[in-house]
Amino acid sequence: MANANLLEMRGICKSYADVPVLDSVDFRVGRGEVHALMGENGAGKSTLVKILMGIVPRNAGEIILDGRAVTFRSPREAMDGGLAMIHQELNPVLDLEVAENIFLGREVRSLSLGPLSTVNRRRMRQDCQALFDRFEIPISPTAMMRELSVAQMQLVEIVKAISLSSKVVIMDEPTSAITEREVAILFRQINLMRERGVSVIYISHKIEEVFQIADRITVLRDGRQVGADAVSALSRDALIKLMVGREITNFLPKETVPIGEVVLEVSGLTWGRRVLDVSFAVRAGEILGLAGLVGAGRSETVETLFGMHKASAGEIRIRGRQAAIRSPRGAIKRRIALITEDRKMTGLNLVGTVEENISIAALDRVSRFGMIRKRREHASADEYIQRMNIKTFSRAALVSSLSGGNQQKVVLAKWLLTDPDVVIFDEPTRGIDVGAKREIYLLIGELVRHGKAVVLISSELLEIMGLADRILVMAAGRLTGEVQRRDFSQERIMELAARFNEVEHG
Amino acid sequence: MAEALRRKYTLARFFQDFGLVFMFLAVVAALVVLSPGAFARPQNLIGIIKQASINGVLATGMMFVILTGGIDLSVGSIVAFTGVIAASLAHPGEHSLAVAILAPVLVGAAIGVFNGLSVAKGDIPPFIVTLASMIMFRGAALIFSNGAPVFNVSDGFEQIASGFVLGWVPYLVVYFAIITAISAFVLRQTVFGRRVYAVGGNPVSAAVSGINVHAVIVGVYALSGALAGFAGLLLASRTVSGSPTAGEGYELTAIAAVIIGGVSMSGGVGKWWGTVIGALLISVIGNGLDILNVSAYFQLVIMGAIIYFAVLVDTKGKVSRR
Repeated sequence: MANANLLEMRGICKSYADVPVLDSVDFRVGRGEVHALMGENGAGKSTLVKILMGIVPRNAGEIILDGRAVTFRSPREAMDGGLAMIHQELNPVLDLEVAENIFLGREVRSLSLGPLSTVNRRRMRQDCQALFDRFEIPISPTAMMRELSVAQMQLVEIVKAISLSSKVVIMDEPTSAITEREVAILFRQINLMRERGVSVIYISHKIEEVFQIADRITVLRDGRQVGADAVSALSRDALIKLMVGREITNFLPKETVPIGEVVLEVSGLTWGRRVLDVSFAVRAGEILGLAGLVGAGRSETVETLFGMHKASAGEIRIRGRQAAIRSPRGAIKRRIALITEDRKMTGLNLVGTVEENISIAALDRVSRFGMIRKRREHASADEYIQRMNIKTFSRAALVSSLSGGNQQKVVLAKWLLTDPDVVIFDEPTRGIDVGAKREIYLLIGELVRHGKAVVLISSELLEIMGLADRILVMAAGRLTGEVQRRDFSQERIMELAARFNEVEHG
Repeated sequence: MAEALRRKYTLARFFQDFGLVFMFLAVVAALVVLSPGAFARPQNLIGIIKQASINGVLATGMMFVILTGGIDLSVGSIVAFTGVIAASLAHPGEHSLAVAILAPVLVGAAIGVFNGLSVAKGDIPPFIVTLASMIMFRGAALIFSNGAPVFNVSDGFEQIASGFVLGWVPYLVVYFAIITAISAFVLRQTVFGRRVYAVGGNPVSAAVSGINVHAVIVGVYALSGALAGFAGLLLASRTVSGSPTAGEGYELTAIAAVIIGGVSMSGGVGKWWGTVIGALLISVIGNGLDILNVSAYFQLVIMGAIIYFAVLVDTKGKVSRR
């Protein structure tokens, strides 16, 4: 069924200011096919779909949709032509209800008077409910968008894409912010679309997922198409090799390092109803994993520990001595570093340069009497750019010009410059490419080798099981269990992560 | 790979970074050509800088506030309030001159601290806090002076703004230069300056990075208030009186200088010299249009258009850089 190509992009070329981004790329998607588009950050995936959607113009090549050559000059035209894109960062109108979001820009009218038309809200709600019923989506059309979880918003976007009677739906990293359970819901919708003959272009870094959902895979590397094959014909290793262009052996290196004294001890930590009586200790040289579903309170736990929220109860000890941490400043003074989950919201100053971002948390180390010693600052910035292999044309480049993986390395550099004893990573590899991921894993290994204590929050089970010595599992704000490395299994962790039912909500 | 990452420093980038300087030079060159006799005289040029100085002092404080993503509408009223205070402390033979100099600056700083605390701790939008201050302290100035200008100031007080260094450089120009030099130093070389940019760029990330965001915010409003107090002192000295209606609309001219100078209203982006050129440009154009006999009504239209285009060029430049 997937043999008739619904969409063909041939010989697509694009360059920005003489820098080629896409070089004669071919991309074919069959009807009713789920086609994964993979490659490291900067490989050209986003540019390719932006060209398809009419967001950026191409320099050369042709696009054939349903047998006709097309050129979309705007996303609006692309949508009219049967394409829909679900962006990685959703932009719903939070203060409208779900049904209004679904029909945004094409509201059902009861009276057509141009700009003065009246909206038929009842009809919209009915139509929306009908769509939700068809796709078995348990969301109320009258719910406010703001009340939904990220995953639910994503489902709404998907329904919206389908309701546009799209032939091709493009999903850019759709699972980057949702839990495994929600991924299952998403995949069910994708399967339903496939059955209805809708093609899906699925952009993702997550290899496991792609093998689970996709029919075919096209791999881009450095702006070239380096492979396109059926999923069944590719192995995991072969795919990684295609993406990075080199063999990656030992993708998740786990070193054994001697585990020392307890560095950080948390007991009875509580923040409102989100973090409830959490106690744990982490030792020098140890990687402590913190697993759980999104919303289990893992980020909130480390944020409270770091002084970002005011703890309502609990005690923190550092090397046995009680520490009252009331602000991130206090935590940094006590040599704790927190690499936060969302680098755009909390990690970086996007209008600042690479250097300004690297030195901001450790300004006292590069200054004297409140004055910045520029030479020392330049030296530290350059040292970390080199050590972390940050791809930037200069320390004075705006951090927003870097790819996601390199931005994440800037965040890491910032925290390493504070010379921490305890390094907390909150989803350190979300949305970054395989190469950068591996570098971050190696860095975590290096930290524990130097006797640092590491706390690692990750929703990717393979990642956390590959790296951690011990995993604590959280559900609904509480610790529900601890698993030692020799007992690691996905089933055991998921079982603990789903134990929130036992906790009373009243 | 490294080659692909290396960006060419294109002519377009150069114009974007220094376009304001060229625009300024172009306006000056045009005026020199149009009116060589009147405009290009050294006396006139010094006069222009003198004209720009009080606004420049206000704009410098405003720049710090805007760099953190805030705004300070209260500076015009602070100029009036501190002006009447300064003048009333400057009656001949009553107090030492130091009192008349320090009091307005400290009062201005105190109002700034109030603004800053309300923004930082009270979490009230800066626009609203400083709008309230603007109205309140205009009233305070009128109450303090019984609604009439305060006259009878000492000669020493008058000298503060009208004296000359070496017989030809007005003190006002010297103050402006010194304040500019300090602000450049603070923004470029100090930890505080770096924190101002960090707070404006992303306050959440700044807090997570261990910066006391509240302290930085209180600091910039205090600085803006103190400089407004100093400007109030200068204006009172220059006009030899403290007028409760002085400084009306000064906050807008200061904001205009900062915007023309390319400082981003959303915070985190802007150079110290942009504000200086912004203040000078406003003054140069006013002076040039006077010399060319353009009516005051038309001058307003032209000034508004310049602000409009400065921002337009800035926004378009940013979009095309993506």
